[in-house]
Amino acid sequence: MDPFGDALLAVRLLKRDPAGLGGMILRGAGPGRDAVLAELGPMRRLPVGIDDEALIGGRDLAATLAGQGGTVRPGLLAQADGGLLLVSMAERMSDAVAARIASVMDIGEVVIERDGAGARHPARFGLVLLDDGQGKERVPDRLAERLAFRFDLSDVRLMEQAPVTPALSRGTASSSNIAPVSGTPGQARGDGIRALASVSLALGIDSVRAPVMASRVASGLAELENRAEPNEADIATAACLVLAHRATRMPSAAEDDAPPPPPSSSDGESQIGDTLDDVVLEAVTAALPPDVLAAIAAGAGRCTSNSSGGGERRKSPMRGRPLGARAGLPRGGARLALIDTLRAAAPWQKLRGADLASGDRIAIRRDDLRIKRFETRADATTIFAVDASGSAAAARLGEAKGAVELLLAEAYVKRTEVALISFRGDSAEVLLPPTRSLTRARRSLADLPGGGGTPLAAGIDAARLLGEAVRGKGRTPFVVLLSDGRGNVGAEATMPAAKAFGASGLGAVFVDISNRPRSEGAELAAAMRARYLPLPRADAVGLRDAVKAAQ
Amino acid sequence: MRAAFPFSAIVGQDEMKRALLIAAVDPKIGGVMVFGDRGTGKSTAARALAALLPPLGKGKPVPFVDLPLGATEDRVVGALDIERALGKGEKAFEPGLLAKADQGFLYIDEINLLEDHIVDLLLDVAASGENVVEREGLSVRHSARFVLIGSGNPEEGELRPQLLDRFGLSLEVRTSQDLDTRVEILRRCDAFERTPDAFAADWAKAEKKTLNKIAKAKKLLPELTVPDDVLRAASELCIAVGADGLRGELTLMRAARAAAALGGKTLVGVTQLRAVAPMALRHRLRRNVLDETGSTARIERALSELFD
Repeated sequence: MDPFGDALLAVRLLKRDPAGLGGMILRGAGPGRDAVLAELGPMRRLPVGIDDEALIGGRDLAATLAGQGGTVRPGLLAQADGGLLLVSMAERMSDAVAARIASVMDIGEVVIERDGAGARHPARFGLVLLDDGQGKERVPDRLAERLAFRFDLSDVRLMEQAPVTPALSRGTASSSNIAPVSGTPGQARGDGIRALASVSLALGIDSVRAPVMASRVASGLAELENRAEPNEADIATAACLVLAHRATRMPSAAEDDAPPPPPSSSDGESQIGDTLDDVVLEAVTAALPPDVLAAIAAGAGRCTSNSSGGGERRKSPMRGRPLGARAGLPRGGARLALIDTLRAAAPWQKLRGADLASGDRIAIRRDDLRIKRFETRADATTIFAVDASGSAAAARLGEAKGAVELLLAEAYVKRTEVALISFRGDSAEVLLPPTRSLTRARRSLADLPGGGGTPLAAGIDAARLLGEAVRGKGRTPFVVLLSDGRGNVGAEATMPAAKAFGASGLGAVFVDISNRPRSEGAELAAAMRARYLPLPRADAVGLRDAVKAAQ
Repeated sequence: MRAAFPFSAIVGQDEMKRALLIAAVDPKIGGVMVFGDRGTGKSTAARALAALLPPLGKGKPVPFVDLPLGATEDRVVGALDIERALGKGEKAFEPGLLAKADQGFLYIDEINLLEDHIVDLLLDVAASGENVVEREGLSVRHSARFVLIGSGNPEEGELRPQLLDRFGLSLEVRTSQDLDTRVEILRRCDAFERTPDAFAADWAKAEKKTLNKIAKAKKLLPELTVPDDVLRAASELCIAVGADGLRGELTLMRAARAAAALGGKTLVGVTQLRAVAPMALRHRLRRNVLDETGSTARIERALSELFD
């Protein structure tokens, strides 16, 4: 495992074919990443909060007014054609921006259909995403999926690195001892494709894009050494570079139809046909990054993004996504919609006596003025913090899950978001980052384990942190705490946690689900400045109604 | 734009291919919504279909309009031509994407990310077949008959149910877990990438065959009759699965007819009904959030109870 050397090798590949390989994700700020960026050379930067005008392009208004009709200004994506685009803090990128970029990557060109302009520009580029995400924050899945490489360079200290030479950067430690090419060229290519398909399957990688990109990387590796066809070492290296970080499960011998193969190092020739698959699989398994291993161990191999989903939208004249224009004056923060204003004024120019052909000014009246409307997203994000400990009996947990699903079903009609935190044993965990996807919510609810101690303080803290993060993104969080209020793990921390929550000013309701509510529940709710709802015998529907009423 | 991957060369994904062919044969089917995980070839199939379709009269190719995210309303419905208005003082209508898509297909990748008001507008026009523009002193109406094809990933947030119901067919696409299938997919992607022209040539015959199949089916469609017992079976199925509204039953019949036409049949049978029932009904079942059973499984169960 040498992420730094691998990253440098990936840089060379990426420079040869930026669009074909999509790009790379670089995680972990530090000297290692700086060195890799230096190796990449100068790149255009893409700000995460970029608007459509700058990203996609639009009408060149100055040129239009000067009478040079049909002028369209290309956006950043078209300008990056043939090169690389650098995105800092890519984990903050919104779904909307990520989706626009992804669709451009898919067809290799930008299609402009906005503000009176229509045009297509070639846009074949690679992305370099800098990921500084904490915890579950990640770069948008739909972009990660389209990028061949991902390296975590947080632990790379530059002193360790020998001077970079092409020979040294070639190959990973795990694949460097693989036998050279064997068989006919066509055969080798076919076997290589088969090996990549089989390894992706073994690692639980569903997308077809991954092995396709791995195959491109293998060809690129061969080209770097002036060979026409990739050899076995190329295939293994490509699999380590492209497939390892996408693994969602450990390859298990039980899933193979064939009997367990003998260790390939001792007897490499015995199983013709399977050999390459095994060798590559072994190399990739050895190259699984530590964070991927941890994710697999936690049963959450599929990296889920902080998909910001949807949420109830609120029309606003100030910010958010553009929503068209309406008649009005640009004041009080409202911005002038120039194109729409011109459109409104245009039909009347003759009547108003302007002779534009001879260079007259456009006659614009007050009634023509149009202002932009925007919408801001997701007013409400409901955060459920569910006590999944042994003291909250299984049946109660079931009702709580039911209530969450009922609220979710409404949330996705109303486009609000829901998040889910569970606490049990000795810690709390964000099972579901804010989303409006019923599919994802249902999946994480189904996996919700029960039993163990009640780390109530940890649960309250986790709810507060998530609530504050949600608020930081301009939404209004609302916390629903479902518990019997009897913390028995770190119990002395419960009251301080509740007070900290109260001080944060987050809206909340504490649903006491114990069979016989006691005064401590009410005290806890008071400390949290939350509404107190003792619901000893409530079923899913009752819980749902109570939460809705409290909210 | 890159050459499209040949439709006939798409490995597996039979239901998606069938649905797209049905929509090509009978545009009145009311649109196709494709749900699926990433990298399952949703867009590839839709774009491949565009390249394949038989031309309209006078050799004009069937329009396939890709609606980009970030498209503004004026470009979608059409608006005052601002060049001419400002340059020459003329009041002229500049047609939008809806006009371009007339007689063809309108494709929206990641439809769940499109602005709500644009999706609503699209569905209204798709249903009425006519685009009415009343803005900026313009008053224009033009024909806009197109098949809406949407794709999306349910993990990114769901489509509103009232919206979903207005799609004729809906699909769930998954990646095959069979090694040989996956190897074949990779082989074809690899071959297409290395020598796209040679690959297209290899598949030209198969493409021609598919195209002929569509053309023949289109001709056959008006002559197809649906026997009473098949009509009854369709109603029974809709009642059994609790598919709301008449729209489900109507779509089911239309899809079965198109499927029969594609198969060169002159009579619609229960076989065709069964083949299209999941795609015509799965998005119309009343949703029980506490029931984990997927819609497809519920339809399959009802099908085997009714017909086996």
